Amino acid sequence: MQDRVMEKAAALLESGVCTRVLGWKTGEFFYDVTPAVFTSAEEVRTQMVYNPFCGPNLSKYLIAESRKEGKIAVFLKPCDTFSFVQLQKEHRIARDKVYAVGVQCDGMIDMDSLKALGLRGVTAAREVGDNLIVSTLYGEKTVPRREALSLRCRVCKSKRLNDCDEIIGEQGGDLPSDRFAQVEALEAMTPEERFAFWRSELSKCIRCNACRNVCPACSCEKCVFDNPGSGVRNKAAADSFEENLFHIIRAFHVAGRCTDCGECSRVCPQGIPLHLLNRKLIKDMNQLYGPYQAGADFDSKPPMLAFTPEDPEASIITNGRDGQ
Amino acid sequence: MKTWKLSELDSLFAAIAAAQKLYIPADAAGQPAFTLWTPGLSMTKALNTGRSAKDLFFPQVENLVNFKVSGRRIQVEPGREEVEDFVIFGVRACDCRSFDILDSVFLSDPVDTFYADRRSHATVMTLACSEPEETCFCTSLGIDPQAPAGDVSCWAMEDTLYLEANTEKGQALLSSLPQLGQGEKPQTDASVFHRLPLKDLDFSVFGEKPLMDWFNSPVWDSLSQSCLGCGSCTFVCPTCQCYDVEDFDGGATIRRFRCWDSCMYSDFTMMAHGTNRPTQKERFRQRFMHKLVYHPNNHAGQIGCVGCGRCLQKCPISMNIVKVAKALKEGKA
Repeated sequence: MQDRVMEKAAALLESGVCTRVLGWKTGEFFYDVTPAVFTSAEEVRTQMVYNPFCGPNLSKYLIAESRKEGKIAVFLKPCDTFSFVQLQKEHRIARDKVYAVGVQCDGMIDMDSLKALGLRGVTAAREVGDNLIVSTLYGEKTVPRREALSLRCRVCKSKRLNDCDEIIGEQGGDLPSDRFAQVEALEAMTPEERFAFWRSELSKCIRCNACRNVCPACSCEKCVFDNPGSGVRNKAAADSFEENLFHIIRAFHVAGRCTDCGECSRVCPQGIPLHLLNRKLIKDMNQLYGPYQAGADFDSKPPMLAFTPEDPEASIITNGRDGQ
Repeated sequence: MKTWKLSELDSLFAAIAAAQKLYIPADAAGQPAFTLWTPGLSMTKALNTGRSAKDLFFPQVENLVNFKVSGRRIQVEPGREEVEDFVIFGVRACDCRSFDILDSVFLSDPVDTFYADRRSHATVMTLACSEPEETCFCTSLGIDPQAPAGDVSCWAMEDTLYLEANTEKGQALLSSLPQLGQGEKPQTDASVFHRLPLKDLDFSVFGEKPLMDWFNSPVWDSLSQSCLGCGSCTFVCPTCQCYDVEDFDGGATIRRFRCWDSCMYSDFTMMAHGTNRPTQKERFRQRFMHKLVYHPNNHAGQIGCVGCGRCLQKCPISMNIVKVAKALKEGKA
C-alpha cells in the first residue's frame, strides 16, 4: 500500500492533475508522522510516507487548502471520507479544487495502544501476518495487530470510500460494528455512577482545545470560546460545572454532523474518551428520528435540520426523565 | 545512604503523609498524574506523568482575588489559598530541572508570590530513571537522569529505595523518618541511555548565530503548516509559563483568577493591546523561539526545554521541539 500511495502522489504531481498533495511526512521515529503538503514528485519521494500510523484525518485541512490556488490531491481513509462528504454538505470544501484518492484501510495502529500493552522505549515495529513485531530499547516483543489498533478502528463502522475520484485497494462497504456497546454500558449505570464516571474523565481536561481544533465538525472560523468579544470566552474552566459543560455543549453543537471519526479521543493528551459523548447523541438520534449516518451521502437531511410534526419531543421533560 | 524496602513503599508514604501533604505520581482515570496520597494509593507504572510536576507550583487555575459588589460598593477579598508544607515524591530529573527554569522567571524581580509561596513550602523528592522512553532526550540538555537533583534524590534498585538528602530541607525530611535503614547503593547502569535514539541532539547551536537568523529561517512555513493551534504542547510542557488573568463574573460576586495560556492560541495576549501574532506560523515560531533562543539569550544560555518528551508523545500531529530544532539547524524541513 505504501508504494502505491507514494507512486500515485508522485504521478498526480508529474501529470499535472494537481499542483499539491496532502499526505503525511516522515518523522524522527517510524510512527510520528505529520500531515504535510507536497509540491513536487521529488518531495514526495524523499519525504512522504504512508504506513499504518497515518491516523490523522486530513479532511479538515481541505477547508483551507481548497481555497488556495490550484488543485490539491488528498489521500483519505474510509472514515476520513465521511468527514470529507459532511464538510461538502456544509459547503466548507470547494470540491472542484480537490482530487480525492481513497485508500482502503485495515485499521490504523496507535502508539497509545502499544504503550497500553506495557511496551516502553519502542523503536520499530513491523507487521508479520496478524502480528506486530515490536522492537524496544529492552528487546523485541510480538503483539497481536488487533490489540495495537487505534480504539476507533476496533469498532470500524465502514470501509466504504465516499466520493473519491480514485481508489487504491478495493471499495468496501458498511460493517456490523458494536460501537455503541460502551454507550450502552454507560446507559446501564445509575445516574450517580454515570456522573462519577464523567467527572473522573472530564476533570482530567486541560482545555488545550485539541479535540475542538482537530474536529472536522468544529469548523467555525472563530470559536465563541476564543472570542474576547463574545462574552462567553472561556480559556479555562473556572469550576467543575464549566469543566463538564464545555465538552457536553461541544457534543451538542456537532450533533447530527459528527461522523464518529474518533479524532477527538485520538488527540486528547489526557486520554478522555470524548467520542462517547458524540456516540451517545448519535445513538439517541438513531432511535428518535431513524438511522442516520453523517457524511454517508449528499442527499439525506440531517435529523437536527429536518422537522416533522411526528418528531418525538424527547427534550421536553413533562413527567419523569424520558419525556413520558 | 538511607534505605527503605520497595515492597513497603506504602508505609514510607504513610510516614511522610503523617506530617505533611504528599503527592505521588499515580494513575487517575487511566492517566498518570501527581495525586494527593491517601492510604492505598500506589505509584503509576508509567515513566512519567501526563501533565508535568509544574502543576504543583503553577496550577492551571488559581484564584487571585474576589470582588463582592453590592450597589455602588465593591468589597475586595483576598482569594489566595493558604499553602501548607508539602512533599512531592517521584519527580523525574527532567521535571526537577524545569523548576530551575520556572524559578528563573517567577522568582526574579518582581517575584511571583503565589509561585514563591508554593516553592518555599515544598520538599522535592526526585526519582532516578532506569528505563527511559524512546522520546527521552534530557541527556542532550545536560541532565543526568540517574542523578536527579531535588531536596532528596531517590533510586529504586532491585528491592530497595535509596534516599540521599541534597539540601537542608531534604535533610530535615529524612531526619524525621527514623525508620529509614542504612545501605550502600549499587552502581547504576547507564547503558540504555547510550542507546537512546535522541541522545545526540545539539542545542548549543542556537547560541552561535544572531537571533534574527533563526527568526527568519525559511523552515517555519513548512514546520507550522499543519499545526492545529491547540495548546497540548504548551499545557503538558514542564517549562511553559504563560498565563492569563480572567474574571469569573457572577454579577454580585466576581472571582479573578489566573489560568494557563498558550502562545499557540489565536486570542493570546489579546487582552493587552487587541492584537496577537496574526497567523499560526508566527504563533508556532514564538513558542519554539522562546524555548530555543529567547530564553537562553536572557538566562545565560539555559535552554527552555528539559527533554521530557511529553510534546513528542502528545502533539496530535506529531510536531515537536526535536523536529523543530533539527530542521532549524539543517536549514530545511
